[in-house]
Amino acid sequence: MNSTNGTVVVTGIGATTPLGGDSASTWEGLLAGRSGAKALDGELFADLPVRIAAPAAVEPGDVLPRPLARKLDRSAQFALIAAREAWADAGFDGPAGADPGDGAAVAPERLGAVIASGIGGVTTLLGQYDVLKEKGARRVSPHTVPMLMPNSPSANVGLEVGARAGVHTPVSACASGAEAIGYAVEMIRTGRADVVVAGGTEAAIHPLPVAAFANMMAMSKNNDEPEKASRPYDTARDGFVLGEGAGVVVLESAEHAAARGAQVYCEVLGQGLSADSHHIAQPEPAGLGIAAALRGLLETTDLKAGEVAHLNAHATSTPLGDVAEVKALRSVLGDDLDHVAISATKSMTGHLLGGAGGVETVATVLALKNRIAPPTINIDDLDTEVDADVVRGEARALPEGTIAALNNSFGFGGHNVVLAFRTA
Amino acid sequence: MAATQEEIVAGLAEIVNEIAGIPAEDVQLDKSFTDDLDVDSLSMVEVVVAAEERFDVKIPDDDVKNLKTVGDAADYILKHQA
Repeated sequence: MNSTNGTVVVTGIGATTPLGGDSASTWEGLLAGRSGAKALDGELFADLPVRIAAPAAVEPGDVLPRPLARKLDRSAQFALIAAREAWADAGFDGPAGADPGDGAAVAPERLGAVIASGIGGVTTLLGQYDVLKEKGARRVSPHTVPMLMPNSPSANVGLEVGARAGVHTPVSACASGAEAIGYAVEMIRTGRADVVVAGGTEAAIHPLPVAAFANMMAMSKNNDEPEKASRPYDTARDGFVLGEGAGVVVLESAEHAAARGAQVYCEVLGQGLSADSHHIAQPEPAGLGIAAALRGLLETTDLKAGEVAHLNAHATSTPLGDVAEVKALRSVLGDDLDHVAISATKSMTGHLLGGAGGVETVATVLALKNRIAPPTINIDDLDTEVDADVVRGEARALPEGTIAALNNSFGFGGHNVVLAFRTA
Repeated sequence: MAATQEEIVAGLAEIVNEIAGIPAEDVQLDKSFTDDLDVDSLSMVEVVVAAEERFDVKIPDDDVKNLKTVGDAADYILKHQA
């Protein structure tokens, strides 16, 4: 419950995204306003209506040892890479329980892992189906099930760090990564854990999901200009660009972090959650569900609307969704929305589906730490319905003093998650 | 043409290297797949399937549990290869 008084802080971050193989290079790409979108080569994509995506900047197979990588779905590979970075960044060395003797470690029983993906091991599933058809049942990999199960990234990260307090995988499509981070906050607040490794991952750049999303008319068909295709809030936006990668944070009770002298990026205030109950894949056009989530956040945490200086928006570059989100923000924040610098980083990373909440949390945490909001690129003609202060073109400095930031994630199925962070 | 024991061990070494990342020269007759070569029960299925293909032999699931060491596997393949 958010009403308990346990303060939760971020002590480590990690990412591997279309902009870079770690959080530093991703942040650099975001501040520079760089697009990670590219044309999809290969004959499997040749006949698809959408032939663009934002692939990971660094191949996970080039980072992980081959015997390990071949037993992991690509989504778990990304998660493991991001989690390793976050874990080391938080000052941990080796798995939980490997106490160097100075009290800097965490007991395995007090450590959790919550990593989510929206789709799970879809490339493994489809790849092994190809094996079944082409080579027969005997050749189907015995690793198929542990690779394709949606909890595989979470389970593998849990194994890596030695988490025994609980390993979980909330699934809510494109809200999954944010829901995972919210779940991790609750694990700490309710006393189940002192430290939780949390985030989101996705690896779904494959002809089948691309064809399926394209047939929903959810994706941009701007095949000739990949870098311009993801354009949240622009009048010419025509859908999202599929991205891949992972973003992971280490969350920790403030007491535990202080006791081991850990660095603190910022405080996590909590989350607001709601469901639209409107349509399986369409956003409720007035943003009522999003507004309810934001109101819930304000009611259950000590966040004041006037403190919010930055928002990493869900804004995927779809005609309906981008506007519904802004309407919701205005309806709850009123005039306070005028001093919120809004960044739609999917204009650069593409939409990482279940990975988005993780990567965008890393971006939000870095925005607070560095007091700078990344730009939203490709807005040539701002939609007049976007009645908000969008950071366009170039990064913008955020104010001094105590400020808060929000990270929105919404998913097919009508899931709404708003996460809130405040400068430490 | 049937493979010799030496060729079989060399082949198994390549397979184990591919699957578990163990250096081929460490794959010796007396080495246990599980204890010495980092081949767990799932990866053992991969080793078996790769060996079946390479040496044109069938290794039924019931027999796999008896193949504890590289030597066990080499002997089995030597006896059963087509």
